[in-house]
Amino acid sequence: MTESARQTLLTIEGLTKAYPGVVANDDVSFAIGEGEVHALLGENGAGKSTLVKMIYGLVRPDAGRMVLRGAPFAPPQPSAARAAGVAMVFQHFSLFEALSVAENVALGMEQAPKQRELAARIAQVSEDYGLPLDPYRLVGDLSAGERQRVEIIRCLLQDPKLLIMDEPTSVLTPQEVAILFDTLRKLAAEGTAILYISHKLEEIRALCDAATILRRGKVVATCNPREQTARELAEMMVGATLATPSRAEATPGAAVLEIGGLTVTPANPFGTALRDITLTLRAGEVMGIGGVAGNGQDELLAALSGETRTEPGAIRLKGKPIGDAGPNARRALGLLCAPEERLGHAAAPDMTLIENATLTATIRKGLVSGGFVRWPAARRFAEEVIATFDVRTPGPEVAARALSGGNLQKFVIGREVMQSPEVLVVNQPTWGVDAAAAAAIRQAILDLAAQGAAVIVISQDLDEIMEVADSFAALNAGRLSAPVATQGLTLERIGLMLGGAHGMHEADLDEAHRHSHPEGAA
Amino acid sequence: MIGSIDPVLLVASLMIASTPILLAAIGEMVVEKAGVLNLGVEGMMIVGAICGFIAAVKTGSPLAGFLGGALAGAAMAALFALLTQVFQSNQVATGLALTLFGLGLSSLIGQGYNGIRPPATARLDLGPLSDIPVLGRMLFSHDWMVYASLGLVAAVWAFLRYSRAGLILRAVGESHDAAHALGYRVVRIRVLALMFGGACAGLGGAYLSLVRVPQWTEGMTAGAGWIALAIVVFASWKAGRVLLGAYLFGGVTVLQLNLQAAGVAIPVQYLSMAPYLITILVLVVISADRSRVALNAPAMLGRNFHASR
Amino acid sequence: MIRLERRPTPSRFWTGATPVLAVIATMIAGGILFAALGKNPVEAIRTIFWDPLFGQFASYSRPQLLVKAAPLILIAVGLSFGFRAGIWNIGAEGQYIIGAIFGAAMALAFYPMDAVIVFPLMVLAGAAGGLAWAMIPAVLKIRFNTSEILVSLMLVYVAGHILSAMAFGALRNPEGMGFPGSRNLQQYPAAHNAELIAGSGLHWGTVTAFLAVIVAYVVMQRHILGFQIRVAGEAPRAARFAGVNPARLTAICLGTSGALAGLAGLFEVSGPSGQITPDFASGYGFTAIIVAFLGRLNPLGILLAGLLMALTYIGGELAQLTLALPAAAIQAFQGMLLFFLLAFDMLSNFRIRIGRPEGAQ
Repeated sequence: MTESARQTLLTIEGLTKAYPGVVANDDVSFAIGEGEVHALLGENGAGKSTLVKMIYGLVRPDAGRMVLRGAPFAPPQPSAARAAGVAMVFQHFSLFEALSVAENVALGMEQAPKQRELAARIAQVSEDYGLPLDPYRLVGDLSAGERQRVEIIRCLLQDPKLLIMDEPTSVLTPQEVAILFDTLRKLAAEGTAILYISHKLEEIRALCDAATILRRGKVVATCNPREQTARELAEMMVGATLATPSRAEATPGAAVLEIGGLTVTPANPFGTALRDITLTLRAGEVMGIGGVAGNGQDELLAALSGETRTEPGAIRLKGKPIGDAGPNARRALGLLCAPEERLGHAAAPDMTLIENATLTATIRKGLVSGGFVRWPAARRFAEEVIATFDVRTPGPEVAARALSGGNLQKFVIGREVMQSPEVLVVNQPTWGVDAAAAAAIRQAILDLAAQGAAVIVISQDLDEIMEVADSFAALNAGRLSAPVATQGLTLERIGLMLGGAHGMHEADLDEAHRHSHPEGAA
Repeated sequence: MIGSIDPVLLVASLMIASTPILLAAIGEMVVEKAGVLNLGVEGMMIVGAICGFIAAVKTGSPLAGFLGGALAGAAMAALFALLTQVFQSNQVATGLALTLFGLGLSSLIGQGYNGIRPPATARLDLGPLSDIPVLGRMLFSHDWMVYASLGLVAAVWAFLRYSRAGLILRAVGESHDAAHALGYRVVRIRVLALMFGGACAGLGGAYLSLVRVPQWTEGMTAGAGWIALAIVVFASWKAGRVLLGAYLFGGVTVLQLNLQAAGVAIPVQYLSMAPYLITILVLVVISADRSRVALNAPAMLGRNFHASR
Repeated sequence: MIRLERRPTPSRFWTGATPVLAVIATMIAGGILFAALGKNPVEAIRTIFWDPLFGQFASYSRPQLLVKAAPLILIAVGLSFGFRAGIWNIGAEGQYIIGAIFGAAMALAFYPMDAVIVFPLMVLAGAAGGLAWAMIPAVLKIRFNTSEILVSLMLVYVAGHILSAMAFGALRNPEGMGFPGSRNLQQYPAAHNAELIAGSGLHWGTVTAFLAVIVAYVVMQRHILGFQIRVAGEAPRAARFAGVNPARLTAICLGTSGALAGLAGLFEVSGPSGQITPDFASGYGFTAIIVAFLGRLNPLGILLAGLLMALTYIGGELAQLTLALPAAAIQAFQGMLLFFLLAFDMLSNFRIRIGRPEGAQ
């Protein structure tokens, strides 16, 4: 199909939405044609989410209008948007773990059929599009890739005219991404328009027919992404040229952290068990641990931070068994961690930055004497972190939740880095962080390693791992592959290490059925 | 001595003794399924008890009494809903406030209603069923509210398991963010669930003052609301097991009362502790299996929802 | 349409101002309540809040202020630790009763020996009794993950029955002519918690309450334990990450509040009340919950809130005498106060905006 032959499906004119202190969308206009795969490109905080929430009826615009298939379109709520043929696959926050696949699908439909009939239709659609799923399994037991299938099938069952996908590939392995793209191309060929939100430029160049680029709430360009280089797109998105983190040639030193036969059963019923994890980390080395979310990343971090206790000998720091030591004992020995969840895990949302600095630094910064907190010293430390890591905040007295994601992440990473760890473990260090902050965080990790510390970077972002890590290991269903050097590693090889395509092939459909258990068994 | 306890009467009075707790617990279960923890059951029950009592005495109709109790319970729940769902107050603290306020309010309203007998609630005529020897007297010769409470349990079970509205309610209790993202009105659903729970608690209270005792005394719920809360945990948020739990506790209460009457050589006070001690024991047994509780408890239980941008 | 919008940082102004607003709102709502009961609302409010301090019988009622406030403050300070950490001990009433029983039993064991050591031993016994009673929910929570809310509350009823068993049984006064109730400790000098300054209402319980306020303030503001308590309440996962041991915190918070409630019971039974009777329990353990919240879980706030709540008790009694206001009215009044407080609390975390609503709720 050529551009001109397409009927326009959705026209967006002058959409504006302001929140206190920030204009999320400022006079946004563009159009999507039927059967078009249209990219919405922008950094975190550029206003992509707000825009799609307005199309999906979750947020009402302050100004502007939309036209869907020639008629004015202003959905007061998502059900109205769904009735008009708009469906959305969310980045997160839209599945119910304790409910079955069929129940989850039913919740996203306007007129859900009876459970048995619905199960049959789910099986049908999943076969048609090569997305095997057992309708009776609990969503909590599914992998991230399978969960996404639930959302996609939920949308497909309603024959959408426009399918919105919010960062769909962030939870997928490269092979799964390829399969998803096949599904999306098939849909587009059948006439469904797809609004594809991402900040991954290569994917957009491979998949999309058109791209609208948002920066700080405004449309800065609309283009054909196939005619642009990734670099040109990136510069349009960020508005400036970004420095790639520089790394010094490192010679790994002595082994500092040794993990051998680490096995952990999860406390949470939907958690992942860690199975026989073994690795050796050397001074000055950055090891990247890749893997799709939900494969044991959180559990691995908890086992390393001391939130989960294990056999003493399963984890050794400089030869000393620490598996049964608590978080502060490990900090005293030089093992520091930064968890993925910023608000509520790495930091207490309602507490000030001074208090949040105190959270993990009492031991190494000597912030407690005789059981009493030295608040002046704590304040100085917080100010130091804020200054060194360029954390944008009115001051250290501000509550953590008041900071933007990128600034809080810089604060959290900075708090650990400035305690001069011997081993630092970070989980998803740049998740949901704007490009400038991400670059600063990666640089800090490289600098720390250059000073002789050993670092483990657990990340879903393979580009990030390739950028900072010396070695790479894949975490899949709670097992860790043997680490390999990142130099000369191809994306295909990484994909295979990450466990292939998680049974995305149609042949596995039968197997999925065999694993099914009757409704209500749990 | 113990032989003087009549098993037929025991079972019959067990059903009466269990009904208030059963009503309150089934209502609270629906509330918790929607993800809200209302610790004010005791307060809603006792306000239901006095309001139902007054309504029945003034009109001479037990039906009006039960309606009054349910309405009063729902009104108390509305207060809780306003605070927690609109004003975003802490659910634990607000529940406690509801109980403390309810206890005070009820004795205030109840001034001058001590020592009055309410109109009798009619026995449900089950025809030949009541005439069956032993079983008839045990199971089929109660007032209609006993059977209504059993019907309510069945209705709640079917609602949660088979209806779309029930599915939505469970979804809200599992993840309010996801439910919100799909366009469900989290606050509205929770307010409705709370009102239902309040009405049930009020009904349970009214049953206490109109049938079980039957008269009004200050603080007459004596922890029944709290036991109802414990039964919801015991039942792992399943309707059928709420019934089992309520009847179990009703049984313990009736048994210890019978033992007291039979003059067993244990001081009365120690026998009276039994229901509370057994509640604790059961909670221990149920809660010890952490993963099962984590799997069955609504994931959002006790957490407030505020739609962000 | 009115909308709530979360503040980026909680407002300090409103945190301090809400209790005052809540008290004013309660006075207005209470006035309406009293008017509905056929009383003159202005007179009723004046009788409750003004007369005990400055009225005709003030010389009698003023010392009562400290007598009533002491147990409330003592218990509420203990509760505030747990409430801050998200550990809900609502069975202080039971711990109060058991503390009193332990303390009285210790005194009666020595009766009629006149030794200086008796009172200190009673204090220890009272604290130990409350501590032991509170450790039941603590241990069950730590070992079996049982809800401390339900267990501590169930134990109030159990304690109530133990109290009655003691008054009728083991602790009954052998010279009491068969009436339930223990010997009166006011008539046993070695065990009597007498007024330290005659006519002031100041007894050892009051002194302990003031001490508890000071210690709690220092611990909360400066000590690492206070910091850990606050983190555990605000963000439990962050607390575990920071190395806070939840089991230890549960034991400390429940244990502290239990011991303080036990002390309150001991000072009450050895002083103002004087004896173990079946109706010794007066609801201080529950009212203290209101005091703790009204004082913003802050020791200094609790001091003020405890005095205010004591005032409503005394004023309530006065209103009972002079206006025939039912005793229950004060209880409802106190419950209302907590409601208004919780409602106004929103002002410190949210901004109220008037404007168009969002698409969905």
